[in-house]
Amino acid sequence: MLMNEQATRNEHVQQYTRKDFISPEAVRWCPGCGDYSILAQMQRVMPTVCAELNLPRENIVFISGIGCSSRFPYYMNTYGFHTIHGRAPTIATGLAVSRPDLQVWVITGDGDGLSIGANHLLHCLRRNIDIKIILFNNRIYGLTKGQYSPTSEKGKKTKSSPMGTMEAPVNPLYTAMVAEATFVARAIATDSDRLREILLRAARHRGAAFVEVLQNCNVFNDGAFDSFAEKAVMEERTLILKDGNPLIFGKNGDKVLKMRGGSHGLEFEVAPTAETPADKLVLHNEKSPRNYLARLLTTLDEATLPVPIGVFQAIDRPHYGAQLQDQIAMARKRNGPGKLFEHLHNADTWSVT
Amino acid sequence: MSNHVEIKNAVIRFAGDSGDGIQITGSMFTHESAILGHDISTMPDFPAEIRAPAGTLAGVSSFQLNFSSYEIDTPGDQPAVLVALNPAALRANIMDLAPGGAIILNSDAFTKSEWQKAGYASDPLADHSLSGFKIYPIPVSSLTLAAVENTGISRKQAVQCKNMFTLGVITWLYDRSIEPIKRYIDKRYSAIRPEMAEANKLALQAGYNYADTVELFTGKYQITAAKLPPGVYRRVTGNEATALGMLTASELCGRPLFYASYPITPASDILHELSKLRHFGVITMQAEDEIAAMGMAIGAAYGGSLGLTGTSGPGMALKSEAIGLAVMTELPVVIINVQRGGPSTGLPTKTEQADLLQAMFGRNGESPVAIVAPATPADCFHMAIEAFRIAVRYMIPVVYLSDGYLANGSEPWRIPGPEELPSMRVKFHRDRDMPLPYVRDPQTLSRPWIVPGTPGLEHRIGGLEKQDGTGDVSYNSRNHEIMVGYRAEKVRRIAEVIPPLTVSGPETGDLLILGWGSTYGAIRHAAENARNQGLSVASAHLKYLNPWPANTGEVLGRYKHVLLPELNSGQLRMLLRAEYLVDIIGMNKIMGKPFLMTEIEEKIQTILGGVRPLKTAAVTC
Repeated sequence: MLMNEQATRNEHVQQYTRKDFISPEAVRWCPGCGDYSILAQMQRVMPTVCAELNLPRENIVFISGIGCSSRFPYYMNTYGFHTIHGRAPTIATGLAVSRPDLQVWVITGDGDGLSIGANHLLHCLRRNIDIKIILFNNRIYGLTKGQYSPTSEKGKKTKSSPMGTMEAPVNPLYTAMVAEATFVARAIATDSDRLREILLRAARHRGAAFVEVLQNCNVFNDGAFDSFAEKAVMEERTLILKDGNPLIFGKNGDKVLKMRGGSHGLEFEVAPTAETPADKLVLHNEKSPRNYLARLLTTLDEATLPVPIGVFQAIDRPHYGAQLQDQIAMARKRNGPGKLFEHLHNADTWSVT
Repeated sequence: MSNHVEIKNAVIRFAGDSGDGIQITGSMFTHESAILGHDISTMPDFPAEIRAPAGTLAGVSSFQLNFSSYEIDTPGDQPAVLVALNPAALRANIMDLAPGGAIILNSDAFTKSEWQKAGYASDPLADHSLSGFKIYPIPVSSLTLAAVENTGISRKQAVQCKNMFTLGVITWLYDRSIEPIKRYIDKRYSAIRPEMAEANKLALQAGYNYADTVELFTGKYQITAAKLPPGVYRRVTGNEATALGMLTASELCGRPLFYASYPITPASDILHELSKLRHFGVITMQAEDEIAAMGMAIGAAYGGSLGLTGTSGPGMALKSEAIGLAVMTELPVVIINVQRGGPSTGLPTKTEQADLLQAMFGRNGESPVAIVAPATPADCFHMAIEAFRIAVRYMIPVVYLSDGYLANGSEPWRIPGPEELPSMRVKFHRDRDMPLPYVRDPQTLSRPWIVPGTPGLEHRIGGLEKQDGTGDVSYNSRNHEIMVGYRAEKVRRIAEVIPPLTVSGPETGDLLILGWGSTYGAIRHAAENARNQGLSVASAHLKYLNPWPANTGEVLGRYKHVLLPELNSGQLRMLLRAEYLVDIIGMNKIMGKPFLMTEIEEKIQTILGGVRPLKTAAVTC
């Protein structure tokens, strides 16, 4: 019903500007918070998303859980739903599956998405629900004022771990990979051009898109990503993934990430690009359906190896909603469209006169 | 030639191992009874374990059927006939059998090791412990094996046919034709497992022939058809009727039905039923957990579908935070709770009514929801529609409290025509000049249903407190009190659109027996029996539990005594006493089983006989 109405209206989608996506609500994150940049890039990229996908603004919905990042929907001038802790993927699933005409985004954080809501995140990804999940990872609990999060590095001293945490952190991208996510990407909040490009790629993806955005909490975990995200070191310390390209990085692409098999199993090492023959370079292929390399790239040791940024994986697989619509069409073909009173009588009946 | 004895009703219980096909045997006989025009009421009872060790008490499954020539609403207090396929089935059920009742048993199964496994110290067939009953020992296993030996099925499969043999015996005993059962077997099984269908029909015929030939029984029983109101009928279980009612609500509203659920006993059949309805555009999702199922239903309701989830008590506990979100965001969702014995995992396959207070109060903050409860399996259809009628009209979550006894029990259902169903088309708010998501309808106090995709009405909602009218986030203390008041008043106003509480029996008098949920049949008939004995006893049934019908307090005030039987420790009684200050007498049973009519009749005698209610643990409170 709604889908048809929408299809007609979509032919006349207007041209939007960034301002069309700024809600009247005053933004209330701490000054200097990394969330501001993510909000700005989202508002800037939305006109392109709408134009490219022929999508009117009213068909866009942002759904969040609880945490600093989850205030995001209030600031987007679209439909928005600020739900409960960890459960945004479930509400988004119900909405996206029942309303395939909508574009549904989930805004979550490392605590919301990977602690209290990790179960839902896993199932949402493996079902390949057509929603775009943006996980703001600041490796700390901000809204509750500074406890460690599931992505905090082991040994981190916080208010709730004065002697250091004893837990291995969860790796968001690797988790998404093992959950069979079809689109997996990482961005840095302050790296705005690339962030915008990755948000656009996520918007285009049909199915569950998972984007980790590394975002600095300047109050409770300041400088968490400085070792590779600072402008001065970024070129040397990050690996920008490009589909079809070798894993080169550094100034003028002078370094290459190579794999080496040996007594320790499979390892990555950094080598000078000049000393590596072109035919020995492994190419990044984000569309490979059995993408072992992309999985491994999500696991690189941040301290000793470059941090990959960009799209790790973007594969085509029918999403849940599309398969569901296929089943509905098939059932209607087989049984005819449902007729209520015929159905109520469709049993062994008898008459009393 | 046998004698024909005409009787008005019969209560039969089939019992055996959980792998013996007891439930299907009971269903087939019930089906035939319904087709023959009897009124029927059934009660299956099975263990939570799928297959407990064969021959043990833990593995006994049973199915009780009451069929009659008059209107009934209970599966009967005491079976007159018990079919026991092994010693464990006998031992687990004998205490319920009416004095002098008949036991048809599989004598092949009464070997020493089998009766020992069932916990008997000596052979019950030899030690005179069954002397108060009529015993009909039949070598069911060996006769069944002989009957199917030429069909080529395995011995294991042949043994599985013994339930059909007993069904043949019973069919003869009640003077019926076995042809409808044969047709039923063909229809259900001949396409999938033709050789088993054939063997089952042979076993059925052999049982029938055996009863006809051997002079075991002194006569046959005949029961005439019941005089039910005219119409077309089918048999439904409560879960089936719930699913049909929810589908009907969706068709009446003109909105798609979205059902998300995590499998849980005894609610799973609703998921199975609705999953067959893809051609209606019904979306069913098996969620990863109870919380997700609730979240999905909220998401679907936000998008304009009829959001529905279903569970039992433990799942209800998990959903409670998300139900609170639906209260705050004022979205129309329906939550089915097919209650079972609690707390915790409790008694998964046994019935109880102990989740009423959970439905009323089981959330943080002042968080009112509407609550409805069907009274009989067929009534589930009607109350399912009512749940959504209230939800969409008042933009509110509605809890639908069924229970295990209703869910699995069955009765004839007169299929309504379109003219008998309420009109409940819903309209979304589309007026761009009125972009306020929390402006209330002056009559219902409901907020507008604005779905994403509506141009010009983009807005944000959520679990934080809302500013009256605008729906913006508000931490203002005065506003909070106003909004708490609106959410409570909205529930109160539902009383304007629900039917008044009606009474069967005298309009005023000595005793009113009030009930809710599945206790309906036992209460109604106990009150009727008391009236037939000249006592001034009326009965009334609350199907709307929040809010209550507007005249509830007035009705309670018209009787000298009010008795409230509940399968809990007195939950509704506590609420009604607090609201109306009426000193309601409780009658409480928490044994995983429904009330017997006789239990309620005894209680009536206690109250009206001038004797103070006894304080015994099981029945009185």
